[in-house]
Amino acid sequence: MAFVSESSHQKFLIARAWDSDIAHSFRRSPLTMTAAFLVVLIIGSAVLAPYIAPHDPFNPATLNLLDGFTPPMEPNAFTGNTYWLGTDDQGRDVFSAILYGSRISLFVGFAAVVFAMVLGVSLGLLAGFLGGWLDTIIMRVADVQLSFPSILIALLIFGIAQGFIAPQHREEMAIWVLIVAIGLSDWVQFARTVRGATLVERNKEYVQAARVIGLPPVLIMIRHVLPNVMGPVLVIATIGLALAIITEATLSFLGVGVPPTQPSLGTLIRIGQDFLFSGEWWIILFPSLTLLALALSVNLLGDWLRDALNPKLR
Amino acid sequence: MDDINRTPAFVEVQSLCRTFDLSKPLLNRLLEREPRKIVRAVQDVSFRINKGETFALVGESGCGKSTVAKMMAGLLSPERGSVVVDEVNVSSGWRSQRVRQVRRRLQMIFQDPYASLNPRWRVDWIISEPIRAFGLLKSEKDIADRVAELLTLVKLSPEDGVKYPHEFSGGQRQRIAIARALSSNPDFIICDEPTSALDVSVQAQILNLMKDLQDEFGLTYLFISHDLAVVRYMAKRIGVMYLGRIVEEAPTDALFKAARHPYTQMLLAAVPDISMSGKTRERVQGEVPNPLDPPAGCAFHPRCPFAFQRCKTELPLAIESGADHYVACHGVDEDRISVFNAMVEAAE
Repeated sequence: MAFVSESSHQKFLIARAWDSDIAHSFRRSPLTMTAAFLVVLIIGSAVLAPYIAPHDPFNPATLNLLDGFTPPMEPNAFTGNTYWLGTDDQGRDVFSAILYGSRISLFVGFAAVVFAMVLGVSLGLLAGFLGGWLDTIIMRVADVQLSFPSILIALLIFGIAQGFIAPQHREEMAIWVLIVAIGLSDWVQFARTVRGATLVERNKEYVQAARVIGLPPVLIMIRHVLPNVMGPVLVIATIGLALAIITEATLSFLGVGVPPTQPSLGTLIRIGQDFLFSGEWWIILFPSLTLLALALSVNLLGDWLRDALNPKLR
Repeated sequence: MDDINRTPAFVEVQSLCRTFDLSKPLLNRLLEREPRKIVRAVQDVSFRINKGETFALVGESGCGKSTVAKMMAGLLSPERGSVVVDEVNVSSGWRSQRVRQVRRRLQMIFQDPYASLNPRWRVDWIISEPIRAFGLLKSEKDIADRVAELLTLVKLSPEDGVKYPHEFSGGQRQRIAIARALSSNPDFIICDEPTSALDVSVQAQILNLMKDLQDEFGLTYLFISHDLAVVRYMAKRIGVMYLGRIVEEAPTDALFKAARHPYTQMLLAAVPDISMSGKTRERVQGEVPNPLDPPAGCAFHPRCPFAFQRCKTELPLAIESGADHYVACHGVDEDRISVFNAMVEAAE
């Protein structure tokens, strides 16, 4: 048996991945490397928030109202405590609030994109591969939805869903309702892209070769077509992540998103806005900068990925 | 074709028909007052292939060769007619156990080796897919052994199994496609222009490989091509298709020595030949008519130098003209067209 053993084959794959075109184009672009570093930094500190945050902004017992409105890097007039990024009106450390806030923003963003991706990819695959009336129905729904701004759709779905949930469960369910609402407002991109790619792939001869041996359509879709249409999906998912984070921030800013007991970056910006004209600029500035850095970096990564995966742009 | 009802051949194709509806949607048709557009891609095609033989279908682009192949492979359902392989009607449906049994024995090799291998699959997965789909071998060890054996058979190295298709050249890819087709131990392989996407030098290698495999495993081929030289090398019998119909069917030697149908004569006269350089050659006149609006009578009459009034109105039926040699032509029937001798012409 002359087959190469599994572990050496894995090493071979890793070596090849490092040597691939995509890795090369990554190493050649300082902007992309900076963006990737920022994304990793924000995600890492969000995941590790309970270990690196100086305070727990959700625990009222650790808060001291006298610490309120401490400016960044200055000792508080009453307690003498110093905070890197200052505190808000209730004496909450802005840095800790950002760490915990980006946790929620990222979780909602990731979950919403995964939901939108699973929904959009499945519907696009079905529409493109099977065609006929199913294709017509799915794509008409998508067209109608595209004619509305996605924030409006998310707002609408969020409002309707909240109406179905008993008031005592609303706060705990809010985050899941938000994920579904953002996901449902964002699946169309995935569905359209996947449908287009599927229409191309399904006529290729390797799909016919699978049909000749009598493989059922579901297996052909999953095993053959899906891996070949996932390239553009990864790009859309990356850019969609930035979009979902911004949508979540917008909804939270408008006050319909996550409850104030679990502030996301959007909630923090909404809270900070109240103090903008009274001179406490740090309460709104730092969460906004974090959101900006996160959304921009994810977008830059998405753009780079799109170019790197497109052989015509190399 | 009286003798068709004698002992059944290994593969029997009987009056296969297929049309494609290219009309616009109903609403557009009503608004623009357009009639339905229906293409008769394949009309009344019948032939038989004996076990271990190669039957070739030749013809210009768009004459329905590939449609016949797709119907035989079960990729398209025939509108009328049947495909019978080893006395099982495979066009009757997919699900029955008997048809599934025959499906295992029927495989297809495609034209474009760059499109016929899934670019995201490793070669050993590609080759072993039919084995897994039909559940022929259970243990991973047996499957890996079989894949290595198949790779060796098509003169590739067993180590090539862990590579991906883009690491191979066109000829190597076509070998992989052949190994995959062989993996379910088929005895009938449909080859849809298997060499037309390859370099001439590679073509010869692939054709020789296919011939060797035929001798070794007693394979039966349906060989589709527009290249007469390739067909002459590979096939025992040839069917010439024009606009969805078989116009002439004969053993290879008979066809090349004594083609009867004016279309076949035209095709043979158009084959490039180095020794003929400098000489004027008979050109193929005109183009294939629009299959949406085929001519009445014999479909070839607008291009035929021998066309008579009868050709414009009456569809010619296949008549036997020589041993096992069938021609659908009024001119041949009425003895107006003499035997065309390509060999003699080329020698002059």
